[in-house]
Amino acid sequence: MLPRFWRKIKYRYNLIGTKCENCGRTFYPPRNLCPECRRKSSIVEVELGDTGVVLSYSVVHDAPESMKLERPYIVGLIRLDSGVVVTSQIVCDPEDVRIGMRVRAAFRRYGEDGEDGIIYYGTKFVPVEE
Amino acid sequence: MRRVAIIGVGMSRFGELWERSFRDIVISAGTEAIEDANLEGREIEAMYVGNMSGGRFLAQEHIAALIADYSGLASINIPSIRVEAGDASGGVALKEAYIAVASGIHDIVIAAGAEKVTDVGSAMEIMNSSIDQEWEAFHGATLASLYAMMARFHMHEYGSTEEDLAKISVKNHRNAVHNPKAQFRREISVEAVLSSPYVAEPLKVLDSAPISDGASVIILASEDVARKYTDTPVFIDSIVQSSDYFALQNREDVLEMRSVRVATRKALKLARCELRDIGVFEMHDSFTITEMLLYENVGIAEKGKGHELVREGEVELGGRTPVNPSGGLKACGHAVGATGIRQAAEIALQLRGDAGKRQVDAERGMVVNVGGTGATAVVSVFRR
Ligand SMILES: [Zn+2]
Repeated sequence: MLPRFWRKIKYRYNLIGTKCENCGRTFYPPRNLCPECRRKSSIVEVELGDTGVVLSYSVVHDAPESMKLERPYIVGLIRLDSGVVVTSQIVCDPEDVRIGMRVRAAFRRYGEDGEDGIIYYGTKFVPVEE
Repeated sequence: MRRVAIIGVGMSRFGELWERSFRDIVISAGTEAIEDANLEGREIEAMYVGNMSGGRFLAQEHIAALIADYSGLASINIPSIRVEAGDASGGVALKEAYIAVASGIHDIVIAAGAEKVTDVGSAMEIMNSSIDQEWEAFHGATLASLYAMMARFHMHEYGSTEEDLAKISVKNHRNAVHNPKAQFRREISVEAVLSSPYVAEPLKVLDSAPISDGASVIILASEDVARKYTDTPVFIDSIVQSSDYFALQNREDVLEMRSVRVATRKALKLARCELRDIGVFEMHDSFTITEMLLYENVGIAEKGKGHELVREGEVELGGRTPVNPSGGLKACGHAVGATGIRQAAEIALQLRGDAGKRQVDAERGMVVNVGGTGATAVVSVFRR
């Protein structure tokens, strides 16, 4: 998991996506090619912002080995205020999560590589107090 | 392009076949299909094999050649080609076999699908490998949790319930009672589904298809050749594969399975018929919500109204649009790479009138086979 994690570290920490200046669409994860414009793609990086709403979610009980200790945890689709949808974990009581709930990106522990391995961090989402 | 017919079908029992090897289950399905087609074996010119994960389930790659050998076809040195498309591997293998015959390159070919999953520990983790590892699975998403998010959204937007989904599982179990090859030939109650443990809320263990061992085989021939071997050919009027954004997060609408919509529309057009001409369906119920979303994306229900078909009983064996007379993935079993072939075999039996107590009276049937959350779909139309 580690090489895969570090290779995309910048995009995991900062929620940076790519925008196609030809058609105006924004994508996350970043892409080097706009799937709508292909050869006419004109790609720039954009900050996606760190606030949004929960589009949908699930409380996961049956998890792969690497996630077993975290069960039950919440995965969600978050629609950022910039319009882009990301898959991430939502950190709150499973009883409290709702569709439409406002959330904000936060820096959280993601896991570690084996028992003595490096602990790594990334973006999860937490409820915004209103 | 030539017309293509199914002249033989065969399948192993589906289930936890811990006492049988990968080779054994392939042989039993293949032998049955060759007998069913009245072939000797030497007439077969090529083989296409759907298999999702031999490498991870069995640490065995080079699966196509292995299967050709144990089917008794290595002695005639035919080409054998493995096809992988997640749990749509079988459907894509069938499409490739169809093209080989329709194009005139081959007259008689085998389309097979096989998976042996119970030899290793975490089948669930291997199933998850059909979703985006870097941007979905990395965040803890599982295949079940992605479908669960679709279910949660449908419930929120359109008022479907966990009970509606449970009824799909109950229906499929009821149908499987009459299928001798099915993994679970027993009825279950709505209460049993609702009280089974959550896998990924709101989906439960009994909303989820098992991950099974099994093999299924279909023999295809060009129309003129088919007539020499059978009086009851079942024609493949069309078979269309389509794709979509790989990760759910990139789709404009999480309830829109565009690969399914596009493939269905093209398949009906090529088959020169309308959806109302289809009398029986086999649909990919990897989870109950998958089947319900397929009602809407194939078009037998309007968008947001899939649960109404369930409530009105239209998808039951006696309903207007029967879905999964075999018991579906849930109760017949989901031997991943075999599933697309197994679904087509069921429709062939139905159209031939060989489906016993689960027989539906229909002239045309449709199969919908989905990979992952819909990044691949294969839709096909069959006619007797
Ligand atoms: Zn563009």
